[in-house]
Amino acid sequence: MYHYDDFDRAFLAERNRQFRAQVARRIDGSLTEEEFRPLRLMNGLYLQLHAYMLRVAIPYGTLNPDQLRKLADIAERWDKGYGHFTTRQNIQFNWPRLADVPDMLDALAEVGLHAIQTSGNTIRNVTSDHFAGAAADEIADPRPWAELIRQWSTDHPEFQFLPRKFKIAVTGSPRDRTVTRAHDIGLRMVRQQGRQGFEVIVGGGLGRTPMIGKVVRDFLPVEDLLPYLEAIVSTYNLLGRRDNKYKARIKITVHEHGLDRVRELVEARFAEIGPLFDKAATAAQLGRIAAMFRRPPLQARPAAPYHAARTADAVFRAWSDTNLHPHRAADHAIVTISLKAHGATPGDATSDQMRLVADLAEAHGHGEIRVSHEQNLVLPHVALADLPAVHAALRAAGLATANAGLISDIIACPGMDYCALATARSIPVAQDIALRFEELRLEHDIGPLKIKISGCINACGHHHVGHIGILGLDRAGVENYQITLGGDGTETATLGERTGPGFAHDQIVPAIERILQTYLKLRNDRSETFLQAYRRLGLAPFRAALYQEDRADAA
Amino acid sequence: MARGSAARVVTANALIEGDVVWLTAEGRWTRDLRQAQVFSDDESASAALAAAEARSGEVVGCYLANVRPTPNGPEPEHFREDFRRRGPSNYFHGKQAEA
Repeated sequence: MYHYDDFDRAFLAERNRQFRAQVARRIDGSLTEEEFRPLRLMNGLYLQLHAYMLRVAIPYGTLNPDQLRKLADIAERWDKGYGHFTTRQNIQFNWPRLADVPDMLDALAEVGLHAIQTSGNTIRNVTSDHFAGAAADEIADPRPWAELIRQWSTDHPEFQFLPRKFKIAVTGSPRDRTVTRAHDIGLRMVRQQGRQGFEVIVGGGLGRTPMIGKVVRDFLPVEDLLPYLEAIVSTYNLLGRRDNKYKARIKITVHEHGLDRVRELVEARFAEIGPLFDKAATAAQLGRIAAMFRRPPLQARPAAPYHAARTADAVFRAWSDTNLHPHRAADHAIVTISLKAHGATPGDATSDQMRLVADLAEAHGHGEIRVSHEQNLVLPHVALADLPAVHAALRAAGLATANAGLISDIIACPGMDYCALATARSIPVAQDIALRFEELRLEHDIGPLKIKISGCINACGHHHVGHIGILGLDRAGVENYQITLGGDGTETATLGERTGPGFAHDQIVPAIERILQTYLKLRNDRSETFLQAYRRLGLAPFRAALYQEDRADAA
Repeated sequence: MARGSAARVVTANALIEGDVVWLTAEGRWTRDLRQAQVFSDDESASAALAAAEARSGEVVGCYLANVRPTPNGPEPEHFREDFRRRGPSNYFHGKQAEA
């Protein structure tokens, strides 16, 4: 993975020194809140419902053990002993004191982490495939490109005051695990006549006006990536609306001006600035970065201990059925560490859990850890032979829930338990659904299912692309939850359809239960997933199941 | 958040800790909603809010929140204000743990 050089270290130290001085000036009264607010936001510091919140970027979701241990230490020393992993591969600390934040940032800098551009109208943390560099289905590791984008976008002088925030995701696999089509720019690595390039998708986004991104360039040679990105963001910077916050994202720019017009402007700008980029210097830097992302040397290992454990231990077998993904080396696996124990807060890990994962990565995983946008942790390179030991250690720490990709593997934003923007709570809904289906023992029977919950229309919980999406709203002073069905965040991205009126907080779990009983009743057989059944059947039978009881009550 | 001429309190977040505070009749910031001063007319509520906003060295994000006066002190009208008074529902953290 990427290691900071002297330039990176000096930049971060200077930036942290500046922010320390800004905090001091806010506390001594030299800066008003109006003056301080944009400064703190550029450094990832929010003021939430009960406290400040510090959002730390985990670039493209890659961590090493020292970094994860440092996050654990920070959580313990300056927070309440846990951190919350988010849907954008960040970690949030929910309880810092303002005066402590400069020390937290210095601690992060010791391991090459920062909170720069995790807020504000800037290019945000670049996200990527959490299985990058390991998945059997990958064309190439996208992370060197993601790191190049991080370096290009960090403190980019032209892009510090965009019309609105700007999110970029990169994947190197045709299996889209990064929701590229719901990003301001999505990059999908493709091959054309033996050449590597990117399909460039623009104008995707969820939130108030959900849009699936559109292909602005179907093949961009890799060496043109930075000037082309700069052309898009620069075009948006001039064309994007600044009169209305809700119409300021690039998805609205593309919608209002049309893809063809935007493409024309982008290509013109690209033709103008492309020649100004020093391609040789970029290639040299990319080469330097790529060398740091070399695949770890995997030793061939017999898989016998793995198969023996599967035969002998039903708990291990269940976990290995759900929480492993094929590695490019057949005697290895990608391990998903579920942060979704039934009844737990999705995405939360205690300091002790973080330290354990760091130790396991060191002992069995070539020192690599990933954070997924689905709010789980990943060990991308584990020998099958080591899985019984890894599982036993995870189990002892409450980290071996066998539910990756199942109904209790729910994405949920912090909602009104923490977030100042939220209109309803998300976390308790996720907890209640997980506990209910655990009680019904239906989780494995239901099979692959993605439930995603947002506590407001901004859709941090990606509800529009959940197979079942739940949106929490405030309806006349009461929490109310709308349901969408049939959403999909992968390469076949689709926005879910709203079922109808929402449900009260105490009615949402029974409503989800009615949807899934309908699925179990109507599916062709176990091999037909919920999403496949929904695509075959449409909304009608689910809507009937959802609202029939209400009608019966009213009659 | 506050409409009409309902009973209201001045609330904000403390500058350093970031936690929820309310304004008392003595002009102090309290962590206990029951000690907050209740304003029942627009004029005094607006004046108190303006004065509170000027104390930017102490608090951030002042606003008026509707309350229901009870013999035990003001109770929040809206669930958001109830959560602010209590803390998150997933952990015993925040105000509920400090009481």
